[in-house]
Amino acid sequence: MAYSDKVLDHYENPRNVGSLDKNDPHVGTGMVGAPACGDVMKLMIKVNDNGIIEDAKFKTYGCGSAIASSSLVTEWLKGRTIEEAYAIKNSEIAEELALPPVKIHCSVLAEDAIKAAVADIKAKQAAKAEA
Amino acid sequence: MQNTPINYFELFAIAEQFDLDETTLESNFRKTQSANHPDRFISAPASEKLVAMQLATLANEAYSVLKSPAKRAKYMLEQHSIDAIADTNTAMPAEFLMQQMEWRERIEDAKMARNIAELDEIAGELKLETNSLINELHELLDIKKDLTSATAVTRKLIFIDKVCADIDQVIEQLDD
Repeated sequence: MAYSDKVLDHYENPRNVGSLDKNDPHVGTGMVGAPACGDVMKLMIKVNDNGIIEDAKFKTYGCGSAIASSSLVTEWLKGRTIEEAYAIKNSEIAEELALPPVKIHCSVLAEDAIKAAVADIKAKQAAKAEA
Repeated sequence: MQNTPINYFELFAIAEQFDLDETTLESNFRKTQSANHPDRFISAPASEKLVAMQLATLANEAYSVLKSPAKRAKYMLEQHSIDAIADTNTAMPAEFLMQQMEWRERIEDAKMARNIAELDEIAGELKLETNSLINELHELLDIKKDLTSATAVTRKLIFIDKVCADIDQVIEQLDD
């Protein structure tokens, strides 16, 4: 299958690959998976006290489109609030990368990874507020 | 036969359960293939030839599904209108995904280091995990009829199958 130039660019030069300290109270982790392809995606975001995402890292095992989708969202996430991050739709990711219909699920995976990471940081903040 | 899909288990006259007898499946598959072999229909009317050909194709598909535990479980869930690998369902237990990630990282490291012993070791761990998931599926699908839990386990098994296929490929590449 032919990948779009943008997918190839992210696939060949993935941005922000790696991890953040998962024990840092400012770091939220989202892990999701798609059995159909065996894709696993881990997205970590570092959120400051104003609710702004300062850093984002990912690690994805999967096809080029899954890697490109996660690489792209780490770029998008930096500087956004967690509310803005939560509002990112898979259709925006698919459109930006020109994903073909059979690869739309990769963008769904990326959207769900963001939502999982945001949920994780919110849970951490709530736990801290209670403590 | 186009109107009502033929149940794969019925096609081979075996009980519709996850824990199936592979020997019976294999032998009934061979019988079906032989009964519908094109050689038997050389002088038959075109309509009969067509039906035999369709049955042979269906039998191939059915056999490939039933002999694989992951595909068999997925198929059994489909009979209850459950799509185990729906695109919209990306939630998996975190510890399972961590384990997946860890296996993937170890496979990648072993591939770089051309460490076949490590790859065999991982393949062994995957085999153990596969067997335990198969036991769980037998219990959930055949005994407890707990389709929700069975769906979760089927998703895991499909994941593990994919890692197994990938590891086999890596071992093959390194062997060359």
